[in-house]
Amino acid sequence: MSAAVQEAGGYNFAYLDEATKRMIRRAILKGLAIPGHQIPFGAREMPLPYGWGTGGIQVTASVLGPRDRLKVIDQGADDTTNAVSIRRFFQRVAGVKVTTRTAEATVIQTRHRIPERPLTEGQVLVFQVPMPEPLFRLEPRLAETRRLHALGDYSLAQLRLYEDIARQGETGSSYNHPVMVNGRYLMSPSPIPGYDNPKLHRSAAILLFGAGREKKIYAVPPWTEVSSLDFDDHPFRPMLAAAPCAFCGSRDSYKDEIVSDDRGGRVFVCSDTDHCRENQR
Amino acid sequence: MKPGFHDPVLDAQACFRAAMEAMARPGRVQEIVPPEGIPNALDPAAAALLLTLVDADTPFWTDAGEETRGWIAFHCGAPLVPPGDAAFAVVTGALPPLSLFREGTDEAPQDGTTVILQLRHLVPGEGWRLLGPGIETEHRLRVDGLPEGFATSWDARRAAFPRGVDLFLCAGTRFAALPRTVRIEEHG
Ligand SMILES: [Zn+2]
Repeated sequence: MSAAVQEAGGYNFAYLDEATKRMIRRAILKGLAIPGHQIPFGAREMPLPYGWGTGGIQVTASVLGPRDRLKVIDQGADDTTNAVSIRRFFQRVAGVKVTTRTAEATVIQTRHRIPERPLTEGQVLVFQVPMPEPLFRLEPRLAETRRLHALGDYSLAQLRLYEDIARQGETGSSYNHPVMVNGRYLMSPSPIPGYDNPKLHRSAAILLFGAGREKKIYAVPPWTEVSSLDFDDHPFRPMLAAAPCAFCGSRDSYKDEIVSDDRGGRVFVCSDTDHCRENQR
Repeated sequence: MKPGFHDPVLDAQACFRAAMEAMARPGRVQEIVPPEGIPNALDPAAAALLLTLVDADTPFWTDAGEETRGWIAFHCGAPLVPPGDAAFAVVTGALPPLSLFREGTDEAPQDGTTVILQLRHLVPGEGWRLLGPGIETEHRLRVDGLPEGFATSWDARRAAFPRGVDLFLCAGTRFAALPRTVRIEEHG
């Protein structure tokens, strides 16, 4: 046993005890075998509040090893308090190498974005999920949502979407737009912008989703068909800011609108800070 | 009895990553660092998967003899149960009909058994054409040691999805996975 690693900071390697990791690892394997299906697991208390992505952290902790290089992003940025805290946590409890560069990372934990740079076969993307149940606004009874998933009956979600389109006139403008995985399970992509939904489709990377408070894990294997819920006469069209990035000039990246001066002027900048830096080289 | 993994924490992590790659990319052959002091009846890959995934929370069944059962009980602490109740099964001889194992329910398909099966050979790049989630175009895998008609019965069982069993195919220190989603074409 590598006692130095095992005892790093007085914790087990990657914080979780081995029995908890085994439980989470079993859930990840079943999640990959049943793409888009939510697997219940016995979530552990983590030394961070729920809003900080304890589900994602537990998944990352069960996956990470000494050969990994970890990147953590929050809304596309590596330098927010949340991302920095999670990155430091894993440096401390697992001694892993970290990076802010998407191209260098083997494991990427994310909240609210998928990196702009296409992911590759050697990469695992771990999503922090606040609410894993895509039907929860439509059907508050968990036993009933389980039954609907079992039947593959998503008419409620389609009806709701149809009403939204009738009211707003389009789809794709929102966050957390539900997707169908491999033509079978309706899945919450977590609160990523609709712009990122197409990146879930036939990704080369392994996509893992962890919800700590709701105690669910789900997964999308590489190259799996993922389609945003929509209608033939109202196809899903992700929205994109018309203005180019004020820093790198990119027109096709996802932007945040920021205040640029003390007179309330506003500009658009890439939300993916690594992508923006790469573009500026 | 000697400890199985040289480094129980890091070897289990490495084996899990191989298992995750295997399950995420059906038919891709993975390699593990062999554990020590394993029973004669167990392949190193099967033993490593057991040490990595099985514990007191996962009832298991095996067709192997006393030595193997004792080893699994000692190292994993898992209770031995009939195949229809097993979360994990270890098959060292001929593969019984997959209907022997539990397939979960439509609401809890994750309760389907994970079957760890030992075979003579796994040869990537030839044999079966595998299709489905985890596979960009096709994966090829030749498997020596499965019963006649396995591919046909596997495909028939796919109609039960999301219910089903998931397989780890082991040969020596190598293994590959067949999740319940994978389609097997024998000729082509
Ligand atoms: Zn930019």
